[in-house]
Amino acid sequence: MSASVPTATLHPPKRGAISIRGITRIFTGSTPAVDHVDLEIHAGEFFTLLGPSGCGKTTLLRMLAGFETPDEGKILISGKDMEDVPAHKRAVNTVFQSYALFPHLNVEQNIGFGLRMKGVKTPERKKRVNAVMEMMQIGQFATRSAAQLSGGQRQRVALARALVNEPDVVLLDEPLSALDAKLRSELQIELLRMQKRLGMTFIFVTHDQHEALVMSDRIGVMSQGRLEQVGPVLDVYEKPRNVFVAEFLGLSNIWPITPTGPHSAASPIGELGIAAPLNGASMAMIRPEKIWIYNDTAVPKDRANLFLGTVREAIYMGASTQYRIELAGGQSVLAFDTNNQAAERSWRPGEPVAVELKPDNIMLISP
Amino acid sequence: MSGALKTEQEIEAGRQRLRLWVTSGPGLVWIMLFLLIPSAVLLGIAFFSSDDYGAPVLPLSVQPFQQVAGYSLLGWDPGNITIFLRSLGQAGTATLVSAALSYPLVFFILSQREDLRPLLLLFIVLPSWTNQVVRTYAWLELLGPNAPVSWAAHLLHAVPPDLGLAPGSFAVTTGLAYNYLPYMIVPLYASAEKLDWTLVEAGRDLYASGLRLFWHAVFPQTLPGLLSGVIFVAIPAFGDYVVPQLLGGDKALMIGSLIANQFTETPDWPYGAALTIIMLVFTGMGLVGFRILTRKLGGAEEVTI
Repeated sequence: MSASVPTATLHPPKRGAISIRGITRIFTGSTPAVDHVDLEIHAGEFFTLLGPSGCGKTTLLRMLAGFETPDEGKILISGKDMEDVPAHKRAVNTVFQSYALFPHLNVEQNIGFGLRMKGVKTPERKKRVNAVMEMMQIGQFATRSAAQLSGGQRQRVALARALVNEPDVVLLDEPLSALDAKLRSELQIELLRMQKRLGMTFIFVTHDQHEALVMSDRIGVMSQGRLEQVGPVLDVYEKPRNVFVAEFLGLSNIWPITPTGPHSAASPIGELGIAAPLNGASMAMIRPEKIWIYNDTAVPKDRANLFLGTVREAIYMGASTQYRIELAGGQSVLAFDTNNQAAERSWRPGEPVAVELKPDNIMLISP
Repeated sequence: MSGALKTEQEIEAGRQRLRLWVTSGPGLVWIMLFLLIPSAVLLGIAFFSSDDYGAPVLPLSVQPFQQVAGYSLLGWDPGNITIFLRSLGQAGTATLVSAALSYPLVFFILSQREDLRPLLLLFIVLPSWTNQVVRTYAWLELLGPNAPVSWAAHLLHAVPPDLGLAPGSFAVTTGLAYNYLPYMIVPLYASAEKLDWTLVEAGRDLYASGLRLFWHAVFPQTLPGLLSGVIFVAIPAFGDYVVPQLLGGDKALMIGSLIANQFTETPDWPYGAALTIIMLVFTGMGLVGFRILTRKLGGAEEVTI
């Protein structure tokens, strides 16, 4: 997996595979928007570019679409160098954040626009547009104008307008950000199913870590124009490489550490046993849901990394509760506990508890 | 009891009525004095006979309108129809020319730095602050027999030697397009400034480029501005007096000059009045037709005339 660059050069690249090599884009008078990014995206993959606004993810996507020209580096789509290929000649279609449906065309005409420009004859075009409208369940809106559609319907039309062209790659620029939460999660699942069914490469840009986790095969986390970490969803969440990735993908407890032995280190909350080899690591991280909470009367014996403390905050979130527990030394830890017991069994602020940080669950990260 | 409440409502209603009169009053008086009354007088005059000096006299008559249609004691003459069609043709051509010039100009201005754009727009509007007569005379010089432009036209065998491009219908088109160009550029600029460039990107993303990209992704968005511009240019150009008078010569007579003649050189007030009324009717019909067309094209809410 990690040796994907040489493999790509040995075998003919598959349709929909993307190779980004040393791509840089500098807007006048500022730091690079995209800074020497190397990235291999596999054919048929749902890949998400995740990062805060201004991290360069949209610029990177726009360079794939051909709306921006890289200042340095190379982009290969399906094995072809895109350097001299303008946007209108790329086998790539974009779903825009604002949908960008043509207001003077109706739904059917919007969807058929790309095929019309490609010179696909009317009967064939009609057939393909109808098939896509049926797949997206928007057939009943065929003759409506974009202004007469709801946000969710517009979203479907925008997606249909891209899919009907059967591109090698579909680029999606925060396509769900304007929708309400319920519709959003519905469309997330639908989008995912569509992608798996059609087998096209989807590149999805979002700043929403939850969305990225739900949808992606792999995630690339970006910050300040650089790729911080690329990997399968599970890896990026469970084994973040650095503080930025750890914090961007969810809540976490992060401490600086000083190794005191091969599997132990000093930290602000006390001596920690850590399963992974330390190798001079300087930071440790544990996700709140990986912390075990006990009543102070039922503390297990002979366990590593047990700390006594007091509940200071309990935020009830339905399925789980988020606790802030102040340890004896004055440091706080964040812990989740699923509410799988009767409500009376949860802890209230002021209650004395013990927390256990299992050595397996402590991850080593770089600053 | 309920009487007191009613009075309060009445007072409020009275206040509103007063407010309405105070705010709209001056405008109403202005329109009455300078539009409605003169129009009514004009309409009245159009139904009189004319004496030997062209002044309106009794008995009432529809003869002026017959004259407009081309009927006289000598029978039917197509002269007025020709003038009407020529005016329509000149206005149409001038509108097309100014639209064709406006698009590249507007997008050139939009491609410049944002703080520079108002200045460039000012350069376009600036000439219209000088008198139209002066500017039109300048064109007479520029297109006259010995001017370089006419000389170049000789070489291309477009005009016979010793004759310039002015006076003539080419000069009229040029003069009209030049005079009314700012009225096309300004509304077009206003709608081009608001252009949603994402739609242009969507067009490129969906395989459109060049002219097709312009036609499908840019042009529809500028349509409201273009339609406003068409109205601002076509209507005054249709009835223009100065340009055809100075640049037209005898053979390029337009309706504006024809009307003016009836009040000056060869006076016939009732005939002049009837011509004016008919021109207004046609302009009004044109506007209504244009409104219907606009609504069909959709989304041109800027055109409120």
